[in-house]
Amino acid sequence: MNEASLFLVVIGMGVITYGLRAGSLQLGERLPHWPWLNSFLRFVPVAVLSAIVAEVTLLANNTIDLSPVTNHRLVAAVLAILVAWRTRHVLLTIVVGMIAFWILQGISF
Amino acid sequence: MPENQSNRSLFWAGVRATLPLMTSVAPFGMLVGASGLTAGIPAGVIMAMSPVVFAGSSQLLALQLIASGSPALVLLLTTLVVNLRHVLYGISLAPHIRSLGRGWQWLLAYFMTDEVFAVSISRYNQDEAVAQPNLHWFYLGSGLTLWSGWQASTAIGLLLGSQIPASWGLDFAIALTFIALVVPALADQAAVLAALVGGSLAVLLSRLPYNLGLVTAALGGILAGMAVDLGWLSRNRAVKQGEEENIR
Repeated sequence: MNEASLFLVVIGMGVITYGLRAGSLQLGERLPHWPWLNSFLRFVPVAVLSAIVAEVTLLANNTIDLSPVTNHRLVAAVLAILVAWRTRHVLLTIVVGMIAFWILQGISF
Repeated sequence: MPENQSNRSLFWAGVRATLPLMTSVAPFGMLVGASGLTAGIPAGVIMAMSPVVFAGSSQLLALQLIASGSPALVLLLTTLVVNLRHVLYGISLAPHIRSLGRGWQWLLAYFMTDEVFAVSISRYNQDEAVAQPNLHWFYLGSGLTLWSGWQASTAIGLLLGSQIPASWGLDFAIALTFIALVVPALADQAAVLAALVGGSLAVLLSRLPYNLGLVTAALGGILAGMAVDLGWLSRNRAVKQGEEENIR
């Protein structure tokens, strides 16, 4: 694709993304207060974000890596989960996880 | 918590709640800027994505697809599927901003990202009992903070370009943010199950085309949480126990 059509694609992506965001806010207003719907919505952030975390952490080059020896992300993520669980501190969780990851990477060089 | 905080204090509370996330949003934005440039995509196109689309994971994916020569239709379809989760966010937020005017709703829709949603919805749920009518200022503070950080970090990534080595693992930073946001929300068995099922399915279904595995995994996790929350499982167990007692 040339630069002009790439810009058109970017605009298309923007329209789609904003459409989903604004459209769902309008849709949500008209939804009734069913208990199952409230329960459904309660689990949306937890399920979606956990799915992304698992993908980024456990899949290296599209193969599942569950070994703490070769998968440094897994070890760093477990450490970050422990920090988040004990402290509930966002910044500390990210910093500890990232430093652990870098140290493990450094050791394996 | 004092009732009826001023708009300004709520705005700054939103800014403060979002600033810590910059430690991971910034590297992720830099990664988006740098990876596109390395793939030979024009800098203008990469930079335009950040304000026009404003959705990190779909931006990174789109740049990879452009680099591999995918047609426009695939790019647009991928954007649609990857960002479908925003529908779930919108439906969750809608009851809280029902009373606002259309202008506010359209503005807040623009800032609806994973981070802003997670930070704001927990504040909305926390303050529901106090009936804080101007919490949208908190959301706006959170949204503007994330937006500014995202634009700046994409630009820095463009400037640094290929000087950023892959071994820094900048994409891992976003996983750490999500861990920091999710773990405090795991308050009961149902939430823990939703997280475990969502995470496991995401890995098992990762081969599905167009990132459909992520959406399917999320739905599976939500259903697992609902099963516990609504007593689908325990009611069955209670019925079975009752039957066993009747037999005796």
